[in-house]
Amino acid sequence: MTPLLEVSGVSKRFGGLQAVSDVSFSLGEREILGLIGPNGAGKTTLFNVVNGVYKADKGTIKFAGEDITNRPPNEVVHLGLARTHQIVKPLQDMTVLENVTVGACFGREYLALQPARKVALEVLERVGLAKSAEMSARSLTIAGKKRLEVARALAAHPKLLLLDEVLAGLNPTEITYMIGIVRDIRDSGISVFMIEHVMQAIMSLSDRLVVLSFGQKLAEGHPEEVARDPQVIEAYLGDPDIAEKLKEND
Amino acid sequence: MSGILASMIDGLLIGSVYGLAAMGLSLIWGVMDVINLTHGAVIALGMFGMYILFAAFPVNAYLLLLPVIAAGLLLGLLIYWIAVHWVIGRSQLSSLLSTFAVNMMIIGIGTAIWSTSPYNVNFTLRGITVGAYTFDGNHLAAAGAAVIIGLALELFLYRTRPGKAIRAVADNREAAELMGISSTMVLALAFAIGIALAASSGALVSTLFPFTILSGAGYQMKSFVVTVLAGLGKPLGALVAGVLLGLLEGAVTPFIAVSWIPLIEFGLFVVVLVAFPKGIFARATA
Amino acid sequence: MILRRPVFWLILVFAALMAFVPLHANNVSMREDLILVAIAIILASNLNLMIGYTGYVNFGHIVFYGLGGYVGLYLATVRSWNLVLAALTAGLVVSLFALALGMGILRLRGAYFALATIGVLQAVQSFVANFDPWGRSTGMYVAFDAYERLGGARHALWTTYFLVIGVMALSMILSLGIKISKFGLGLFAIREDEDAALVLGVNTTVFKAIIYSVSAFLPAVAGALMFYKNGMIDPSIAFEFMLSLEGIVMLMLGGKGTVVGAALGGGLYEKLRSYLLTSPKFSNFQLVIAGGLLLLVVLFAPGGLIGWLYRLVPRARKVIE
Repeated sequence: MTPLLEVSGVSKRFGGLQAVSDVSFSLGEREILGLIGPNGAGKTTLFNVVNGVYKADKGTIKFAGEDITNRPPNEVVHLGLARTHQIVKPLQDMTVLENVTVGACFGREYLALQPARKVALEVLERVGLAKSAEMSARSLTIAGKKRLEVARALAAHPKLLLLDEVLAGLNPTEITYMIGIVRDIRDSGISVFMIEHVMQAIMSLSDRLVVLSFGQKLAEGHPEEVARDPQVIEAYLGDPDIAEKLKEND
Repeated sequence: MSGILASMIDGLLIGSVYGLAAMGLSLIWGVMDVINLTHGAVIALGMFGMYILFAAFPVNAYLLLLPVIAAGLLLGLLIYWIAVHWVIGRSQLSSLLSTFAVNMMIIGIGTAIWSTSPYNVNFTLRGITVGAYTFDGNHLAAAGAAVIIGLALELFLYRTRPGKAIRAVADNREAAELMGISSTMVLALAFAIGIALAASSGALVSTLFPFTILSGAGYQMKSFVVTVLAGLGKPLGALVAGVLLGLLEGAVTPFIAVSWIPLIEFGLFVVVLVAFPKGIFARATA
Repeated sequence: MILRRPVFWLILVFAALMAFVPLHANNVSMREDLILVAIAIILASNLNLMIGYTGYVNFGHIVFYGLGGYVGLYLATVRSWNLVLAALTAGLVVSLFALALGMGILRLRGAYFALATIGVLQAVQSFVANFDPWGRSTGMYVAFDAYERLGGARHALWTTYFLVIGVMALSMILSLGIKISKFGLGLFAIREDEDAALVLGVNTTVFKAIIYSVSAFLPAVAGALMFYKNGMIDPSIAFEFMLSLEGIVMLMLGGKGTVVGAALGGGLYEKLRSYLLTSPKFSNFQLVIAGGLLLLVVLFAPGGLIGWLYRLVPRARKVIE
């Protein structure tokens, strides 16, 4: 079976900084693939190249059998690849419902306004924001804004969802809730590719992990294998306990 | 051929005044991300400031630049507190509109006082003759003054504490605040200097050509062209780009009707803006 | 559905009143006052599509009005076209011009775009001032026989008035229609965060170019009608920068982003201006007052009158759009 997302030999350079260099990996249907790595490893840049925010200098990206290399982000969404932002980007002066309706309107199905609103309400229910539907996005808490990011992307009815640190800045209760949402997303048949720094969560959620360091792929595999990989341990700034920490979460 | 050369040299001299005006716009834009739409009105005030001062003290007009600059600094502080301070950190639209509102008020008051009929400053320096050419004395003096003021600003920005503070805030406002620099003071200072530069360029123009209260608008437009050519926050670059624009004007004047020049300039402006949104020089160094 | 919106019916009633009150009173000076109000509302409403809906400041919106006037007048007089046909053609031509122009300058964001629009205004003005077929800086006049075709000057002026009122109503309905549509939702997303809108699937390039072009259409039609009524056009009155800026003041005053706000601001500002112009005390200070008003609104009430109403009565948001 062909994978849903196939990234091969992708590189991206900014001036003198090689942000992503010759990275390849693939992601199957209904899979949760984690992307980890130290700060500045190029994780978000990789996301931006995959969904077309940045143009790749080299390499190709195939999604659902189509070559999406350097296609603009709006076209990538129509094909069924949606994403969230690490630094949340709510449409501040619009309501929560309107925010999510935008996602549904211009997503994979390019729905008309009425059906899009219906989808948006369903999605808000799913992420637990239904009560805030009529609030302005500006007035949400950070946890609310993170959920809004997920809801908007989900409303596009994607086949694959890129989640960029949706757990960062949340308290333990909120993290548990969000993990539930991610599991629910996968159970509904959507593949997930997620960047995360909260190790417990990423180790328990991911089917497989990809590790980036200085823009290069350091390791790839089952979370347990990756956690034992000496190169990975080294990359995490020589923290000798990292393997223990990573393992104990399983 | 000699006609073109003379026209280009003249363009070069006037261009340095354009450059001076643009330095003011560029400084404010670069430091506080505010596009100062009072710029043109302040240039016009500079012209009338010179007119009033010269009527009261008929000395060498170029000496009167000093009081114009001082008044410009005060005016800059005033405008900062009225229209800019409150919108720092809000959307760019807010400062665009608030400075524009002040522009309307200045032009309105100016029109009520001076109407829109032309004035001129009746002061002439003797020209300098080199071979077959005679260079207009006022043009030479204005260009010299513009270059001196421009270099003085550069020295101020790079050699003095307040100047370094301005550059620090322009570079990264939050970091500068962490270093103990009061960004409000610095922003107010930068704005005041920007306004003083605009006023002084207006004062220089008033010694070259007749002017009305509306004359500032044309120079404001040229300042935009120059600033965009030079890239933001590069005052010395603005001076150079101003000279280039003057040269260009001088070079084309002998060949086409004057009425086409605005079309060329504004067309150039839009094209450069679209092609090099960060300035021509910025791209070369990036 | 637009028919279910109270504002839609409000617009129709308002337009009907504007049309029939001066006619009923057979009051020509009232008509001349109201036509200026209608023009102000047309300009403010269409400018709102850019500033209020999409978040792009257009300082040179008047270009569309002036170019429409030129194309319309040229067709209606030099080519002896029917006025309505000439005005509609002017609208189309100017819209296409805007579309082409927009593809270029809408690559710019924020203030850079705003500056480019000033450049465009000045460039177009100086082009027209050098353009022979349009009479260079002296402009063009409407020959009397052009009015004859509409049943004499008197009749022609009333006809133009009703047409302008029609364009005003259409402007407001267009604003409302876009506001409640999917297209409008996409524009709002662009206004709030263009990068986010793109990632959410909005084709920002196309949306911006279309709205820029749409915002040109009715002002151009209105320009054709208005300059025909005035009987003449020249570059300095057709492309008056001041009027372009007053459009922004009107919009900010009424409340950008709202249908009613644009119209309210347009109407109020025009009434205020004509009062100031005719008052012996203030005639010199029209600009000062307009500027002061703009400053106050920007600093203290960025939502304008309608924004203020929303804060007072939050439920009004649902009715007054």
